[in-house]
Amino acid sequence: MAAKTLAAPPAGLVRKTKRPRFGWWSRYRRNKLAVFGLGWVVLFFIIGVIGPWIAPHNYAYTNFLAANQPPSWQYPFGTDSVGHDMLSEILWSVQNALEIALGATFISFLVGAALGLWAGLKGGIADQIVMRLVDFMYAFPTYFLDLILVTTFGRGLAPIMFAIGITGWAGYARLIRGLTLRLREGEMVEAARALGSTQRHIMIAYLWPNVRNSMLVALAFGIPGDLTVMAGLSVVGMGLRPPLPSFGNMIAQAGTNVLGFPWLLYFPAGIFAITLLSFLFVAEGLQEALDPKGGR
Amino acid sequence: MSDPLLKVENLRVEFQRSDGIVYAVNDVSFSIAPGETVGVVGESGSGKSTALMALLGLLDANGRVTGGHAWFQGADLLKLNRHQLEDIRGRDIGVVFQDPMLGLNPTMRIGDQIMEGMLEHHYASMKQAFQRTLDLLAEVGIPDPPARFRNYPFEFSGGMRQRVMIAMAIACEPQLLIADEPTTALDVTVQMQILALLDKLRRERRMSIIMITHDLGVATNFCDRIIVMYGGKIMETAPLDEFLHNPAHPYTIALFGSMLEPDDSEDWELHPIPGTAEPLLEFPQACPFAPRCSMAQPRCQTEMPQLRLFENEHWIACHRAEEVMSRAG
Repeated sequence: MAAKTLAAPPAGLVRKTKRPRFGWWSRYRRNKLAVFGLGWVVLFFIIGVIGPWIAPHNYAYTNFLAANQPPSWQYPFGTDSVGHDMLSEILWSVQNALEIALGATFISFLVGAALGLWAGLKGGIADQIVMRLVDFMYAFPTYFLDLILVTTFGRGLAPIMFAIGITGWAGYARLIRGLTLRLREGEMVEAARALGSTQRHIMIAYLWPNVRNSMLVALAFGIPGDLTVMAGLSVVGMGLRPPLPSFGNMIAQAGTNVLGFPWLLYFPAGIFAITLLSFLFVAEGLQEALDPKGGR
Repeated sequence: MSDPLLKVENLRVEFQRSDGIVYAVNDVSFSIAPGETVGVVGESGSGKSTALMALLGLLDANGRVTGGHAWFQGADLLKLNRHQLEDIRGRDIGVVFQDPMLGLNPTMRIGDQIMEGMLEHHYASMKQAFQRTLDLLAEVGIPDPPARFRNYPFEFSGGMRQRVMIAMAIACEPQLLIADEPTTALDVTVQMQILALLDKLRRERRMSIIMITHDLGVATNFCDRIIVMYGGKIMETAPLDEFLHNPAHPYTIALFGSMLEPDDSEDWELHPIPGTAEPLLEFPQACPFAPRCSMAQPRCQTEMPQLRLFENEHWIACHRAEEVMSRAG
């Protein structure tokens, strides 16, 4: 307890020291699957950007002379019944898949965050309204709602993105409302208020840093979820309208003739499955590294 | 006596609950002189924390102040708006909370958290605040301040965190420090260190301290004057010496009876107070302690005892205070 006053250190010395990053990367790295997943996801994003340029053919280019070809050097993934080059179609699909998944997740998150924050901070009637809406969304088969929205607004990129986005916000709202409520009522915020912090400062310095990681993890889990919904719509014939390329369409069509032309199923389904798993591995890795105690 | 630093008059606080209104604080008046240390003692639910949090505008959303004044620096704390209160909290009145494990922001370095208050209140420039933070860390007994400045709360033990909380509370040199059970969540050995630290700070800075505690031992070791609260009312208040020698309220005596005294194990018996402190769902018309009081008379069930002044600045709210005093004497 000896309150010895130490020789004052040069002020610059202490403040220049780098802020420790909690070693989240070193924790993430321990999960090998997550590292693999991250590699695949990065590749997926790169293809999403440059796919259309590196594809040997246009996705809509039909060549009936080369229909139903098995994999060969010229058509590494084979061709389908109208002569579409499967490799090209897959390369083009990545872009659509990413646009819809990211867009839909973003819409869900915006709606969920806005409603969740409102419910958590206001409480009372606002909380009741939002949480009953969330209960409704959980109880209602959202897939069915997606189908209704897509039939109403068409099967283009934007309507599908909007449909998936607007039906998927309930989880985010519940998560964010819970986090806000827990923090708002907690001693930390009370202590900050007791020290005279303004509400704005509490939001920026206390609430946001403490929910940031949980939100990132929730978003990482949201993307593969939305990819699955998107493919699911294609399977019942309500996904992106062909010839717009999408994994769901390719898989759904290949399913009609698995025995005759199995490569039509193997390549798109395999790549899509690995992609989904990779996104999940990344999300799990992030959860372990950033938010080990939080829930999804 | 000089002008009081804080003068609370007839404070009333109510909580709105689904099953009705809870009368948490009922006509509480007290004052604190500059440099004085006052202990507010009582069971959980006696309204001791509520009364003081109400002064700072830190009540939960369902609580509200329904009457009274709290004069501090010429202003009535209960009449100030949010921004005026934010200015006073942390600058003129510091607060230390019970649980240092929950009170610190886990995403912020402790040095930054201490600096924060000074910067928010424009108490010091960035450079001054930094230098002062190092001094404060040394003052509250944290070794190697320059290194500890950069630590996060999870790297600190409970006692160390409470020291940080204290440093935050006194950073802007408040005239009044409200310590809400500052030692309850700590190990017994650490409790004593924290009390010693508060005692040192009080003497060096001539700061007034209100110590809220349910531990009579802590209060009697630390304070100049004791206020005993029950059912949202002040039961007894006296300077420490008088309080120790002539406790005159049956509730106070019951509190002493429920303390553990390992020294004289021979003739000491533990006498817990029967029953529990119930929340007051009606405005109290009689002595709130009467249902649990061993000396209760019919009169106690119907008539509210007022605080009466006895010798040596000893105030007691009990119909039978004289009998209690003569019996003890």
